[in-house]
Amino acid sequence: MDRKTLTLFVVGGLIVVLGLAFFVSPYASSSPDGMERVAIDKGFADTAEEHALADAPLADYGVKGVEDESLATGLAGVIGVAITFGAGMILFGLLRTIRARRGPAGATGTAAAP
Amino acid sequence: MHIPDGFINTGVALAADVVAVGGVGVAMKKATDTMEEKEAPLAGLVAAFVFAVQMLNFPVAAGTSGHLLGGVLATVLVGPWLGAICIALVLTVQALFFADGGLSALGLNIVNMALIGGLGGYAVFVAIRGMLPKTKGMVVTASAIAAGISVILASIGFWIEYALGGVGQVPLRTVFAAMVGTHFLIGIGEALITGLTIGAVMAVRPDLVFGARDLMPKLEVRAARPAVGR
Repeated sequence: MDRKTLTLFVVGGLIVVLGLAFFVSPYASSSPDGMERVAIDKGFADTAEEHALADAPLADYGVKGVEDESLATGLAGVIGVAITFGAGMILFGLLRTIRARRGPAGATGTAAAP
Repeated sequence: MHIPDGFINTGVALAADVVAVGGVGVAMKKATDTMEEKEAPLAGLVAAFVFAVQMLNFPVAAGTSGHLLGGVLATVLVGPWLGAICIALVLTVQALFFADGGLSALGLNIVNMALIGGLGGYAVFVAIRGMLPKTKGMVVTASAIAAGISVILASIGFWIEYALGGVGQVPLRTVFAAMVGTHFLIGIGEALITGLTIGAVMAVRPDLVFGARDLMPKLEVRAARPAVGR
């Protein structure tokens, strides 16, 4: 596949992902999830300890200083998508570089640099 | 499905850290051995997608919600090794930046959602596909069914951890029935979201779906060759 269509697909995908994170996440259910529900109903929810980073600026998908809850959730989503995509590009880029150096995939060897 | 600190004792949590590091380490080695150049940005996109959709809790019963785990979604799209790493990455970002999932429970959560839900879910996907006709539509069907099963498997993963090191004194049979019952419902949501997403990608770019590679014409593989001699 050529690079341009791949870039197009990834950029298009990111736009969809950012849209979900910003516009849809404020409408997500805030009820306890399946495990929390089980813990509450069956009586072991009280064994949970407070998260060590509970005061972090993005804790619980909010943004410290942003009062509007929907906006805070949407912003937290966008920031989270950026962090995840950025960390992924670094990590997967690293794996790809290791792979390319090792060969014998060939295409990325010495001949590849135009 | 994110275990907070405190549910499971330190010994079992540490053991899970070892399993998680080992499992993700193997996945990284395998991914490095087999990955193609185009897969790096795709894997980044898949991780970002899973992060966003995990925020979208949907109601499953009165006062209870569920969200996508994404193990089968990620592994069918970018393969078992990169897919499992995607989930582990999402869980790490959530624990470090969003206080979602305990820091001491990160290993437990990676075991349940990336290794059991991702790698285990992919094995279920392969098994189901083996029983179905080799068509594009069946890739979607198999991914949806495997996704639903993967959520139940992940909930059983939690139950095993609770049996080994649960701090609460709740009877194991009670925890099992409640976890599997609730996650059966969440699994239906997981199946729908996974089926819709894989179906959408299959419709526009089936060549980007790792789990459908065997359906692609072999020509595509050879097309890369002339570039080598250039």
